Amino acid sequence: MSSTLDAPRSRGPGFSYTLISVLVRFSPVLLLALLWEALGLSGLISQQMLPGFGEIGSAFMSMLLNGDLLYNTARSVGRAATGLAGAIVVGVMLGLLMASFRSARLLFNPIVQIFYPMPKSALIPVVMIWLGLGDSSKILLIFLGCMLPVVVGTYNGARGVNPFLLWSAASLGASRFDVLREVVLPAAMPDILSGCRTALAFSFILMVSSEFVIATDGVGFLISSLGDGGQYPAMFAAIFFVAGIGFAADRTYAAFARRLLRWREA
Amino acid sequence: MSATQLAATARRQAAHAPSGISVQDVSHTYGARGAGTLALDGINIDIEDGEFHCLLGPSGCGKSTLLYLIGGFIPVQSGQISTATGRVTAPGPDRSIVFQNFALFPWKTVRDNVLYGLKKAGFGPAERAERAQRYIDMVHLTGFENAYPSQLSGGMQQRAAIARTLAVDPGILLMDEPFGALDAQTRRVMQEELRAIWRNSRKTVVFVTHDVQEAVFLADRISIMSARPGRVQHVIDVNMPKDRDETILENPEFIQLSEHIWRLVREQAVAATRGAH
Repeated sequence: MSSTLDAPRSRGPGFSYTLISVLVRFSPVLLLALLWEALGLSGLISQQMLPGFGEIGSAFMSMLLNGDLLYNTARSVGRAATGLAGAIVVGVMLGLLMASFRSARLLFNPIVQIFYPMPKSALIPVVMIWLGLGDSSKILLIFLGCMLPVVVGTYNGARGVNPFLLWSAASLGASRFDVLREVVLPAAMPDILSGCRTALAFSFILMVSSEFVIATDGVGFLISSLGDGGQYPAMFAAIFFVAGIGFAADRTYAAFARRLLRWREA
Repeated sequence: MSATQLAATARRQAAHAPSGISVQDVSHTYGARGAGTLALDGINIDIEDGEFHCLLGPSGCGKSTLLYLIGGFIPVQSGQISTATGRVTAPGPDRSIVFQNFALFPWKTVRDNVLYGLKKAGFGPAERAERAQRYIDMVHLTGFENAYPSQLSGGMQQRAAIARTLAVDPGILLMDEPFGALDAQTRRVMQEELRAIWRNSRKTVVFVTHDVQEAVFLADRISIMSARPGRVQHVIDVNMPKDRDETILENPEFIQLSEHIWRLVREQAVAATRGAH
């Protein structure tokens, strides 16, 4: 008991060990890469379809140097972040509202239930008609697509709060609003954070897929225009780059969530 | 000071004053009215200022329900409950509660749990810190101020919850089998300390338990409740010295009273078992 409290928590094993364990853990990815390279070299699949990593790497470097990659990524990430941030703010508030008030529940629950399983990319033509080809149509799409997992996570979390916590706060003098902000919100935080993680993944999907259809810049646009122009090594370089960013974003988010929920670790 | 600030200060002071509790003709039904289960049937209890009152009865007799009604956590359906601050309609800091378990905020450390109520009660930062430490020390959690509840044993969590509630110095202290989950030794120590705290602070305490010895050790008066539907079957005065410690357990009067009450409770427990078949 006391040792877990007093001793500074170990930061994990040393660096070299960590590096080895990461390499081992991701060795299937390495294997896949080797298979890719081998298939291309063997001639079983044309080098057009699976360009070698050397070619992809040099295409990547030239795109990085001429600024295409970073400019388009920045445009895309800006849209995704705006839509996602709006979705989290509105989604959390809506979820709390639904959990706290019967009227809000009656009004929004059927809407959420119907739209939750719907593939949000089906809305791409709709937002294009509404808002045209600019940023706002993509931001709206990402906002709509990301909001529902946040609403559902927040709602489930807030509905599941132990009533004794609510009663304890009320009997210590907390107002209804205090209880919502200081008890329901933190108690629902694990579910809110997992809803937001789903939303983060959705934001990348919607960002790229909407840029395929309606955009004049962004990573999705870059990928589709490189593909149309037959520049396959560069196209793959852009695909891998966006995959890497998505992976890094998810990992960063998971670390942030773990930190926020460190009270759960005993 | 503005009028609203004055009013707030007056309210705060009223919250710390011990108050009587009047329970008049309170009945309570769970589930749909008409088709539901009658949990409490025509309860009348008058608890005096500064009294230590135990609600004793078999499980399912509605004693916790009655406590939650006094706390204002569930609405009074019929009858009336009032205290010095008026009719009970909602929870308030004049009636703070300790639940059986798991009512600490798990995302707050022990210190922050205790500070929460103190902030709500409007104590200044220096006084908050001082009071928090004093009550943490009192429940022997010194050194665990920065621990999260998940890092503590059940007994330690319960002591932290008691510190959180006592720190705000409520006029009425509601306790729902607060020592039920503790081991026998800790339980005895906590009982003695609670009795001592009550002697020093003059609070009204309503304490729910199904343990006869605990009730006799702690209470000035005991309401013995019947099996469902809960009714007050007997009200017993405990005429024991005000200062009580372990030695009282061997006092013949204490033993005799405990046995008398045990027989009364047993009738209800037997009735409850029959009712279940």
